[in-house]
Amino acid sequence: MKKAGIRIEDLHLSFGDTTVLAGIDMEIYPGEFFAFLGPSGSGKSTLLRAIAGFGPRPKGRILIDGKDIADLPPWKRNVGMVFQSYALWPHMTVRQNVAFGLEERRMPRAQIGPKVEAALDLVGLLHLAERMPSQLSGGQQQRVALARTVAIEPQVLLLDEPLSNLDAALRVQMRRELLSLQRKLGLTTIFVTHDQEEANTTSDRMAVLDGGVIQQIGTPQELYDTPVNGFVAGFLGTANILAGHMNEGCFVTKGGNRLAVDNYRGTASRIVLRPQSVSLADEERGSIAGKVTHREFLGSQIRYLVGTEDGEIIVDTLHHAGQSGHAVGADVMLMIDSRSASLLD
Amino acid sequence: MSDMPQPASGAGRFTLFPRLSGVAITGILIAIFLMAFLVLPVVQVIYVAFLDARTGAMTLQNFRDFFNTSLFRESFVNSFYVSAMSVVFATIIALPLAYITTRFNFAGTAIIQSLGFIPLIMPPFVGAVAMSLLFGRNGSVNLLLDQYFGFKVPFMEGLNGVIFVQSIHYFPFILINLSASLRNIDRSMEEAAQNLGSSGMRMFRRIVFPLAMPGYLAGAALVFIKVFDDLGTPLLLNVNTMLAPQAYLRITGVGINDPMGYVISFILVAFSIFALWASFLFMRGKDYATVQKGGGGLSKRDLAPREKLIAWAVILFILALVLAPHFGLMLLAFGTIWSFSPLPDAFTLQHFGTVFTQSSQYIWNTVLYAGSAAIIDVILGVAIAYIVLRTGLIGRKWLDYMATAALAVPGVVLGIGYLRMFHGVQLPFGLGQMSSFWGLIIVALAVRRLPYALRACMAALQQVALSLEEAAESLGANKSSTVRRIVVPLMTGGILAGFVTSFATAAVELSATIMLVGRASDAPLAYGIYLYMQSPAGRGAGAALGILAVVIVALGTYLSQRIIEKDRNRRAAAPGAEQ
Repeated sequence: MKKAGIRIEDLHLSFGDTTVLAGIDMEIYPGEFFAFLGPSGSGKSTLLRAIAGFGPRPKGRILIDGKDIADLPPWKRNVGMVFQSYALWPHMTVRQNVAFGLEERRMPRAQIGPKVEAALDLVGLLHLAERMPSQLSGGQQQRVALARTVAIEPQVLLLDEPLSNLDAALRVQMRRELLSLQRKLGLTTIFVTHDQEEANTTSDRMAVLDGGVIQQIGTPQELYDTPVNGFVAGFLGTANILAGHMNEGCFVTKGGNRLAVDNYRGTASRIVLRPQSVSLADEERGSIAGKVTHREFLGSQIRYLVGTEDGEIIVDTLHHAGQSGHAVGADVMLMIDSRSASLLD
Repeated sequence: MSDMPQPASGAGRFTLFPRLSGVAITGILIAIFLMAFLVLPVVQVIYVAFLDARTGAMTLQNFRDFFNTSLFRESFVNSFYVSAMSVVFATIIALPLAYITTRFNFAGTAIIQSLGFIPLIMPPFVGAVAMSLLFGRNGSVNLLLDQYFGFKVPFMEGLNGVIFVQSIHYFPFILINLSASLRNIDRSMEEAAQNLGSSGMRMFRRIVFPLAMPGYLAGAALVFIKVFDDLGTPLLLNVNTMLAPQAYLRITGVGINDPMGYVISFILVAFSIFALWASFLFMRGKDYATVQKGGGGLSKRDLAPREKLIAWAVILFILALVLAPHFGLMLLAFGTIWSFSPLPDAFTLQHFGTVFTQSSQYIWNTVLYAGSAAIIDVILGVAIAYIVLRTGLIGRKWLDYMATAALAVPGVVLGIGYLRMFHGVQLPFGLGQMSSFWGLIIVALAVRRLPYALRACMAALQQVALSLEEAAESLGANKSSTVRRIVVPLMTGGILAGFVTSFATAAVELSATIMLVGRASDAPLAYGIYLYMQSPAGRGAGAALGILAVVIVALGTYLSQRIIEKDRNRRAAAPGAEQ
């Protein structure tokens, strides 16, 4: 099957006075696993639903495989969507649920049977074909929903927070299965989530949304290492954002500390420091003095909040068995590896 | 939990088994009451249906006689036909209304909601005569049709009249259930179907309709039973070839020992139980309420101008139908002579004068009977609810089952059961025969309305957080003062709503009452209406009484709605309330 790309051009949508999508432009490459990441109300689900054809018609263009589908009703789009609630029909068996889309396409009966079985086999649930959805666990329902969607061989697969109704352990397992299924089928896939870990672990590229605007698009690593603004920096992982200015190849913080940065020309008013690039050091090697105000034991790491002249700084240190680390109230020195830090305007 | 012994409780000093005894005694008293006035009379009726009247042996002969008599066969078929057709017509009325409110943004939604209860505030037998004056062979509508178009429609001929009146009265049961289950379908159910390529009528048939089916069937089963069991409407329309009227006529005409009345009663009870059981089966395992958090029912769309016009036409037509009995009753009550003309000749207040001067005893009897019955209902309701939900009394669920079973007992059957059981029992203090004592009417009304009051009390008690009781107990209050000072005050809203519902519906109950009224001076409103409506001369006064009945029920419905709303607001404001 030919892999389809998606192009979204200048998409706008408002509900009354509230703007939900404010000029979305993006390109999703054929066969890509793409994530929409953002907090609730950021417009990520609305955008996904717009691609599927639900909700009011937005202004702008949505092209799948080069064809504008923005004016087509949902049932003519050939875009498969897995709903957050799975939306399995409780009055039909698993088999009937999966066969539904094929029947609606007026496929001959003789072809429907094998296709349904293939789809159920793909998600490993062929043995439960005659069950009712209410007799399945959450993870199984999820797989049925997936089988029902891929059975129609859509051009694009849309997943609306597919893992949010599962418990933590199952979530990790399912996201691996989702990814391997996507690789097997080669389907262009969009995955909506508010969970950065889900987006990081699954997607080839992702778009971070906030307030109906795309903040940044890139691979998970690009977004983590070089966030373009404070929102992206704070939303992906934990970040210390210190204010200051550039001076002679160094970033000078408000508290007067000079942090060396590599190859950066231009101005900046903030610097993003990840907790793991800050460490607790001896008197002579450290550069910033502070006092431990808070301490959290996280298992593999100990996270300290250290009060300094530049405000509270979060420091992650690896934990080794038997070590007790620093107590709350202890005076410490911080050493900062700032060469690879991102600078923001 | 609450059935743990409470060593610190004050009652412990006076009795050996502090709480258990009080609860157990209450439970046993309630069980005795329900056995005596609900279970035994009904069992007795069923038993007699299988009894040879002469020899006293068990036999199926009575049933053979029943089905060998053409009158009874006809009645059986008629009852079945009328009930089924009423379901069909009620569906035809309810379906478009439910569809319009749940699928479209429509300005007339408020009207549709009022359509959901306007019919219910008038007992169908009250409007029956008014309907035949409006729609009968020589009624207003047919006179006008004949004059302008030269034809008549037999709306009210024979069984048609019963079907017509009943479907207009009972369609709200289908409307309410069907709209509720349509509203409970999550939007994603429909979207998933569209996403997979389905749309329009095909999607409605394959997804929406099957999901709404359980709600529809529940409503339809209820309509079927209500129509099947109803006595007043066929009697007032002078249709006697149906089961309930036949049972009544046999018992009052032929006598208390005629087995046919009992055979019919058995059939009525069997059908009621079967219909309830069938609807329970349909509902079981089909909790299709699929609304997710943030869901909110099917997506609604705006109507195109032409569709809007059609929708309004449909709604106004149904509104006219629904208001017809009310309108007809008004004309009858305020009109002088109304015969062979579209409207009464003139208008007068004389009928109300007649009612108040000659028949005020009907009103006072109704207040006394329905009021006492409602008080009994809330007392029993609170006690049963508390025992079932808060104690570990053995067999407590059976109190609930027994009380609720009254739903499946037609009024005629309960009346016949009382006559049979208490026939010949002499009461002390010169109160005469028990079966003709007016107090028995109160008991019958209380038993018939108990399920409603019980549900209201159960719901109210479930809203009271257990921790509120535990707090009182930990501060030293014993069970009885916890119930008196904490539980009952917190249940007030629900109890009041239960009282008002019981009162309003008991005030217009006819089917059990009609069997038990010993003399006219003991009769309540509903019986008075029935008596007046028998003769053309009394119709005006009967209609005036009918209007009083409608006012009572309407006020009651309004009050209980207000109480429930106020209670809900108060609860929302109070901290510690359980969801």
